Amino acid sequence: MPSNDQTLVIRVRALRTQFGRQVVHDGLDLDVRRGEVLGVVGGSGTGKSVLLRTIVGLNPPVSGSIEVFGQDVATANAAERRAIETRWGVLFQDGALFSSLTVAQNIQVPLIEHTGLSAQIIDEITAIKIGMVGLPRDAAGKYPSELSGGMRKRAGLARALALDPEIVFLDEPTAGLDPIGAAAFDDLIGGLQRTLGLTVFMVTHDLDSLGAICNRIAVLAEKHVLVVGPMDEMLRYNHPWVHDYFHGPRARAARMT
Amino acid sequence: MNEEQGWIKTAQDGDRLVVAIGGRWTIGEAARLDDDLGRLSPGAATSVWIDMGGVERLDTAVAWILYRTVARWRDAGYAADFTRVRPEQTALLELVHAHDAPVECRPPSEPSARALVEHVGRASFEVLEETMMLLSFLGLTVQALGRSVVQPGRIRFTALISHMEKTGLDALPIVGLISFLIGVVLAYQGAEQLRRFGAEIFVVNLIGVSILREIGILLTAIVIAGRSGSAFTAAIGSMKVREEIDAMRTLGLDPMDVLVLPRLVALVLTLPMLAFFADMMGLLGGCLLAWGALGINPGQFVDRLLDAIPMWTFWVGIIKAPVFAFLIALIGCFEGFQVSGSAASVGQYTTRAVVEAIFLVIVFDAAFSIMFAYLGI
Repeated sequence: MPSNDQTLVIRVRALRTQFGRQVVHDGLDLDVRRGEVLGVVGGSGTGKSVLLRTIVGLNPPVSGSIEVFGQDVATANAAERRAIETRWGVLFQDGALFSSLTVAQNIQVPLIEHTGLSAQIIDEITAIKIGMVGLPRDAAGKYPSELSGGMRKRAGLARALALDPEIVFLDEPTAGLDPIGAAAFDDLIGGLQRTLGLTVFMVTHDLDSLGAICNRIAVLAEKHVLVVGPMDEMLRYNHPWVHDYFHGPRARAARMT
Repeated sequence: MNEEQGWIKTAQDGDRLVVAIGGRWTIGEAARLDDDLGRLSPGAATSVWIDMGGVERLDTAVAWILYRTVARWRDAGYAADFTRVRPEQTALLELVHAHDAPVECRPPSEPSARALVEHVGRASFEVLEETMMLLSFLGLTVQALGRSVVQPGRIRFTALISHMEKTGLDALPIVGLISFLIGVVLAYQGAEQLRRFGAEIFVVNLIGVSILREIGILLTAIVIAGRSGSAFTAAIGSMKVREEIDAMRTLGLDPMDVLVLPRLVALVLTLPMLAFFADMMGLLGGCLLAWGALGINPGQFVDRLLDAIPMWTFWVGIIKAPVFAFLIALIGCFEGFQVSGSAASVGQYTTRAVVEAIFLVIVFDAAFSIMFAYLGI
C-alpha cells in the first residue's frame, strides 16, 4: 500500500525492548501519520520515554523494526542516519541544553554542524527561533542555569526546531510547568505545528494537552500499544486502566474547561 | 515524497527581473540558495519579483533567506516583492518577519584592556573570598570532628570503612607500581653518578633518604589527590547539583557528618598506610636494581640501609601523611560543596580541587622541611 505508506512517517512493528531481564515492550506496533500530533500516555514504568528513546535510536531494540520516513533505522548506514537525524528534533524532559553554552549557542550547534550557512545568517535564524518559541530576546545570551524551567523547555524546543525538522519528539513537555505556563506551551506547540506542518510525537501525562492539541492518543499498557485513537474513542474504550485514566477526577476537571 | 530538487531561474520582463524558484527548498540547501541569490544583481531592472509558484516545500530558514534578500533589494532602491505565494508560505514569511530582530548570541565581552584589569581584580577577590570560605569550612570540619569525639555515636562506621576501602585498598596497585618504578629509576640514575667515584654503595643512602623522607609520601599524596580528592569533589558536587544535599538537610542529616567526616577520617587513616606501602615498594625497586646492576645483594642492601638511615628518616615521611590526607580531603569536600547549577561546574571544581590539593601538599611539604631543619632532624 504505497499510498498509505506515504502518510506514515513512523512505523513501528513487533518492537521488543528489554533491560537485562526486564522486558519493557513486547510486540509493540505503532504508526505516526504525517502532520498529526500523537500523544503517548501510560502509567509510570510502562516505557513511554523508552519508546521515544528507542525510536530516535538512543536505545537499541532487541527485535522488531522501526521505520522513519520509510527507512529502517536499524539498517540505515551512517550517512542515511545523519540524513534522518536532521529531519527530526527532540525535546528532552528538562531541555537537556548544553550547560557551557548560551541559549543562542545551543540553538546554533545543529545549524553550524549541518548547514553551510554564514555566521551572520545563522545568528539571524537563531533570533527567529528564539522569537518563535516565545523566549524574550535577552534570553539569547544567557546560560541555561540562569533560566527558569519553563524557559529552559522553550530553549530546548528552539534547539529541537533549529533545523526545521519534520518530526518533533517531545518528552513530557508540560511536566513541571504551572497550569498557565503549560497551557501556553500547548498553544505554542499547536501553533508551530500548524504553521510549520510538523508531525509531533509527544509523551505526556497532561490531560489538558491531550485534549487540546493531540489528534490521536496512544495508550501504552501491558508492554504494547493497547489502543490508538482520538479522545472520544478513549472515553468509550473498555479497559480498567484506560477507563480510570480518562474518567478519573482529574480527567473530568480537564474536560470541563 | 518525490519532490523536485530546489531550482532557481531568472527572466527579464521589461524593466522587471523575475526570479522564479521552485522544487524543494529546505535548510540543507539554504546555503546554496543564499549564494545564488547573492550573485544575482537586478542590474538595469527597476523591480524584482520572486515568483514562488513552483515551490513545493519551504521551511523557516529558506523563508528567512528569501525575506532578507527582498529586504536587501528594497534597501538598494529596487521595488522587490513576492508573487504567487501560497497561504502556508505567506504564514512562514510572516513568521520570520515577526521575529526579525537581532539578538545578542554570545555573552557580552568587554574591551580587552579594561577586561584584563577587571579580570585580575575579580580573580584576586575570588581568591580572598575562597580562602575565607575554606577557613570557615575548616572550622566547621573541626567542629564536626569535635562533636564526633564527644558523641562517638555520630560516626558513620559503614561509610568510613567503605571510603577506607575505596581510597586505601583500591589505591594499592597504582601507588605500589609508581613507587616501585620511581625506586628503580632513582637507583639507576644515582648509580650512574656514584659509579664515577667508586661509591656505588651510597646508592643505598640515596634511595633510603629520598624515598623515605620525601618521594614515598609525596608521590602517594599526589596520586591520592588525583584519585580520591577528585572523587570527593565529583561525588559531593553531583549530589549538590541534584539537590541531594538539600534533601539531606531537610531530613535532619548533617552533610558534615554524613559526607565529609567519613571521607576525611578514612583518608587520614589510610594515607599513612599507603605511604608506608609506597616506601616499601620504592625501597624494593631500588634494592632490586642495586642487586641487578651493581651487584649489591638484598642482604647487604638491608644491612647498609639500617646502618646508614636513622629511624627518624622513616618517621619524618610518615608524620606528614595524616596532614597531607587532611588537606586533600578538606579541599576535595570543600570544592564539592562549591559546585552550583550545572554539570559543567562539577568538572570545573574537580579540576580545581586536584590542583589546589597538590599545590597545598607541596607547600606544606616545604614547610615541614623548614620545620625539621630547625628541629635538626
